[in-house]
Amino acid sequence: MTAMSDNSGRTTGTPLVKRGLAEMLKGGVIMDVVNPEQAKIAEDAGATAVMALERVPSDIRRDGGVSRMSDPEMIQGIQATVSIPVMAKARIGHFAEAQILQALGVDYIDESEVLTPADEAHHIDKWAFTVPFVCGATNLGEALRRISEGACMIRSKGEAGTGNVVEAVRHLRSIMGDIRKIGQADNAELFDWAKQLQAPLPLVQEIAETGELPVPMFCAGGIATPADASLVMQLGAQAVFVGSGIFKSDEPAKMATAIVEAATHFQDPEILVKVSTGLGDAMKGLEIATLETKLAERGW
Amino acid sequence: MVTPTVGVLALQGAFAAHAAILESLGANTVEVRTSEQLADVDALVVPGGESTTMSMLLERSAMLEPLRQRMADGLPTFGTCAGMILLATEISDGRPDQHALGAVDISVTRNGYGRQIDSFESDLDVVGLDAPFHAVFIRAPLVGRSGPAVEVLASVDGDPVLCRQGNVLVSAFHPELSDDDRIHRQWIESLDL
Repeated sequence: MTAMSDNSGRTTGTPLVKRGLAEMLKGGVIMDVVNPEQAKIAEDAGATAVMALERVPSDIRRDGGVSRMSDPEMIQGIQATVSIPVMAKARIGHFAEAQILQALGVDYIDESEVLTPADEAHHIDKWAFTVPFVCGATNLGEALRRISEGACMIRSKGEAGTGNVVEAVRHLRSIMGDIRKIGQADNAELFDWAKQLQAPLPLVQEIAETGELPVPMFCAGGIATPADASLVMQLGAQAVFVGSGIFKSDEPAKMATAIVEAATHFQDPEILVKVSTGLGDAMKGLEIATLETKLAERGW
Repeated sequence: MVTPTVGVLALQGAFAAHAAILESLGANTVEVRTSEQLADVDALVVPGGESTTMSMLLERSAMLEPLRQRMADGLPTFGTCAGMILLATEISDGRPDQHALGAVDISVTRNGYGRQIDSFESDLDVVGLDAPFHAVFIRAPLVGRSGPAVEVLASVDGDPVLCRQGNVLVSAFHPELSDDDRIHRQWIESLDL
């Protein structure tokens, strides 16, 4: 039931239509929210979309337990409150959760390592859906495997719920660095790249030709300040997801607004001075070495 | 003719896709994020994206009045999707604080064609093009009323999706995503600079 035509000549659910919404989200900030009140704060601050989830990643880390798709009632409450796109998370491999989210009319599904994986070998066959999917990746091979399964947007994973940008930077540098190297490779070397990356050759060849991923590339996991947003966008991310970084800061509305402006003016340090001033404390954050669970290691 | 400098409003959204097409058609393009950058352009594209976000960023970046002024002075402008919303006279289902620049006398309903699962592709007959244009609609705005000064250049099921008033062109769809540069080309060629 992916691409479908009706009598009026309209075709829905095509790759172009699915990737198109990701194009529209570029240069913006997608914010994690757990209730309609937070969704309103996010929209008021200028978020391009909200991600509805049960608990922000830092609380998932703290509380433990199995983390699942959100309650449909909560998602509907958020859909009724804001007019910007509403995304929601499904567990890795949990296509039934994805079917429910599609039936709810969410605008994007995040098949996310932040939730507890439901399948230890298989991701969701995302081609089978009309709704588009975003997936996380720590390296280029992972990104291309997700794209070959039908993901229409990639986000570098970072380490969600830490407020620590170091893993996001590692993943972005790995993905962007390999894209640059593939741009320099000759035809024979592309076969080896496909083998090393465990990724389909045609996608590797496409990168060699275009110099970029076939789908938009955003960044998530550990962004806590306007400067963090600027950093990852200068490293090549085309938009940012901010999870715990907003609603675990001292003044969420101010922080949200500031990160929105930073995503637009990421190359303009004078504007960044202005938007970074007087925000109160950012979320406290965690050292990566102290973590019991690395969420980024989920996904195959 | 001097090569025009076409600004692409780059506060948020699909600005890079527009810039790539315009460059391929020989225009000089600049990304516009400040009123200083706006002052130097001969024409402007207002891209698709999230219209509420763009409206807020125009205000916070102190660009709203300079943009109104340049449009009042006749700046040729092409708005797609969110750009159509920003350039319309009247917006329904928007935020109460959302700005409508009133450059084209139409009323639009945000996401009037539905949520993302209803986003679609469709072939359009466009005035001035000799073959259909394959158009992409993403959470597209629906045009309700259009005033007498508005020329409707394409429609879907009787609803206008490409409109012109004076030198302002607006589309509910995304010609920058279609791999077909005819609408951009027609617009560039129409610039009387």
